[in-house]
Amino acid sequence: MDSATVKDNREEWKKECERVATAIRRRVLQYTIRNNGGYLSQACSSAEILATLYMRVMNLGPSLGPRVPRPFAGVPGRENPNAFTGAEYNGPRGAHWDRFIFSPVHYALVLYATLIEVGRLGPDALDHFNQDGSTLELIGAEHSPGHEVTAGSLGQAVSQAGGIALARKLRGDSGRVWVFMSDGEFQEGQVWEAVAASTHYRLSNLGVYVDVNGQCCDGKIQDVMATEPLGDRLRSFGASVREVDGHDVEKLAQAATVEEKDKPLVVLARTDPCRGIELMRKRAPFFHYIRFKSDDERLEYEALLKNE
Amino acid sequence: MEVIARPHAKNLVRWAKDRPEVLVLSADLTSSCEANDFRDAYPERFFSLGLAEQNMMGFAAGLAREGFIPLVHTFAVFICRRAFDQVAMSIGYSNLKVRLLGFLPGITTPGGATHQAIDDVGLMRLIPNMNILECADATEVESVLDVAQALEGPVYMRMLRGDVPRLFPQDEPMRFNRARVISEGYDLTLLSSGICTEEALRVTCALRQRDIHINHLHISTLKPFSDPNVLNALKAARKGVVTLENHNVIGGLGSAVAELMAEAGIRGPLVRLGIKDQYAHGASRPYLMRKFGLDAAALLEAVSGLLGRGVRIRTEDLPQDLPGVSSKASIKAEDL
Repeated sequence: MDSATVKDNREEWKKECERVATAIRRRVLQYTIRNNGGYLSQACSSAEILATLYMRVMNLGPSLGPRVPRPFAGVPGRENPNAFTGAEYNGPRGAHWDRFIFSPVHYALVLYATLIEVGRLGPDALDHFNQDGSTLELIGAEHSPGHEVTAGSLGQAVSQAGGIALARKLRGDSGRVWVFMSDGEFQEGQVWEAVAASTHYRLSNLGVYVDVNGQCCDGKIQDVMATEPLGDRLRSFGASVREVDGHDVEKLAQAATVEEKDKPLVVLARTDPCRGIELMRKRAPFFHYIRFKSDDERLEYEALLKNE
Repeated sequence: MEVIARPHAKNLVRWAKDRPEVLVLSADLTSSCEANDFRDAYPERFFSLGLAEQNMMGFAAGLAREGFIPLVHTFAVFICRRAFDQVAMSIGYSNLKVRLLGFLPGITTPGGATHQAIDDVGLMRLIPNMNILECADATEVESVLDVAQALEGPVYMRMLRGDVPRLFPQDEPMRFNRARVISEGYDLTLLSSGICTEEALRVTCALRQRDIHINHLHISTLKPFSDPNVLNALKAARKGVVTLENHNVIGGLGSAVAELMAEAGIRGPLVRLGIKDQYAHGASRPYLMRKFGLDAAALLEAVSGLLGRGVRIRTEDLPQDLPGVSSKASIKAEDL
C-alpha cells in the first residue's frame, strides 16, 4: 500500500484500516482454534486501535525484522551477546522516528497478527506461535516481534516508556513515544506513579492508547476494582485526555493529532470485548482467556471462519 | 584514624563532572542519600521522581535503554523490597546499565525495621544479571562508582553515608570480584563485609598479639562471588570459617560462603555471624551490633568456639582506635 495515496484519500485509508482490523480478528480466531484457546477477546476489542496505530498514527520506518521470525536467542546478559528485541519490526531508531512500547503483552497474538496484516511480518509467521524455542510466545517479552520491553508484569511498561520519552526530550528528538495499554493496568499503583511523573516532567512526546474494554482477568473491571471515571482521574493527574469510540478508526487517528503543550496524551479507546464475535457474549463476564469447554463449542467458533 | 564527612556527596560531584550521560534519580531522599551536592552542581541532570520507587525503576530502565547512565539514589529497603519486581523485570532481565545506590544497609540506621535493609543482598543475589558491591569505608565509597562503571549490566551498591571511617589507603581502591586480604594465617579463615570489617579488624589485631593467626578477607563484591582467592582461603582454613556481615545470615555473605564450601566439598565448620533471621528495631548502631551479634565480642566468641579454647581476650582489651579505625563514625538521628 502506498501511504501517500492513502493520506490523499480519506475514505481509502479508513477502508484499508478497517479491512486490516477485520483480518486481525480473523487471524487471532484461527490461531485460538488451532491452539485450543487464546486471548481472543483482546483481538475483538483492540483490532482497530492497533491497526490505526500502525497504519495512521505512528511514524515508523520500514521493518528491519526478518519475515520469518528468528528463534529465541536467549535472555540478555553478560554471557549472551546474541540477545535481541522485537523492536526491529517497528523500524529503525532515529531522532525523527516514533517508538512503540507494547504493554499488555497478553495481547501478543493480536500484535503478531497486526504485524502480519500491515506487512511487517511474513504471512506464515504464526506457524511459530506458542512453539517451543520461538519468540512468538503466548505472553510476549522483549524478544517477541513488535515488543521492545519485558512488560508481562503489568503496569511496568508505561514507566519505561516515560524514561525513554524523558531521554528523547533531553536529546531533543522530534519522534514521539507511543504506548499501548489495557484499562485493567490502571488498577496498578505504578501506572498512576508513571502518569504523575510524565505530567511532572511535561512529557508531551508521550502518547498512550488504552483499550478500555472494561474487562480484566476476573471479569468486569467495575466489579473487580473500579478504575472509572478513568478520563476524570487522568485529567486530574494533569494528562491530556481524549475519549473516543475504539472501533472508529477515524476518531482513533484524529485523537493522536491533538498535542496539548507540555502534557502527555492519553487516548481512552472505549471498546467492546466481543466486537465481531457475537458468539462470545454468552461467556460474559469472563473473556480473559478463551478455552473451549467442549468440541461442540469449538465447532461453533470454527463455523465463524467458514461463514465469512 | 581519619573519618571522612559525606564522602559520597563529594565524590559523586567529582566523578560525574565529565560524564554527561550520568543522571541522578532520587525518590525524595536526596540529602539523605548525599545526592544534594550533585543536584546543586548539575541541576539539569538531576531528576526527582518523588516517593514512587516502582515508577522510578521503570524511568531508570527507559533512560538506560537510551544510553544514559542513571544512578538511582534511595534507601536500600525501597530499592530491594518495595520495587523488587520492577528491579527484576524492568532492569535485571534486560541487563540494563542502571546503578542502584542503596543507603542504610542493615542496622546502620536507628529507623527501625522499615528502614533497615537486612535482606537486600539476598534479594539482589536472586536477580540474574545483577552485580552487588558493598562499601566498608570512605576509600570504597570513593571507588565503588568506578568499579560499577566498568560493568555492562545492572549494579546494586550498599552505600555508607555521613561520617565514614577510612580503613583502607586511598590508593588501594575497591576492585571488582577481588577480596581484600587483610591478614594471613592458617588457623581460621574470616570473611567480613561492610561495616563489620571494622569490628573484625579490632579482633584480628588483638589475636595476632596472642599468636593466633587469622586469614582475614574483606569482601566488597558479593555477586559474582567467584574470586579464586576466596576459595583458596576457605580450603586453607584448618579449624573453620567465620563470616561476619551486617545482614540476615540467610541470603548474604554467609549463604554465599556456605554454597561455595558445599559445592567445592570443603569440610569443616562454618559459623555465620549476622542477624539470625529476625527483624531488627530502632536503636543505636552499637546497641544493635551487640544485640544481634555483629560486633567484636560476637566474633571473639565464635573464634574461641572454633579454636576449642578461650582466647583470653576481654572486649575491654580490644583496641578502640586501631590504626585507622574509629568507632565514632555514626549516623546522626537528624539525618534520617
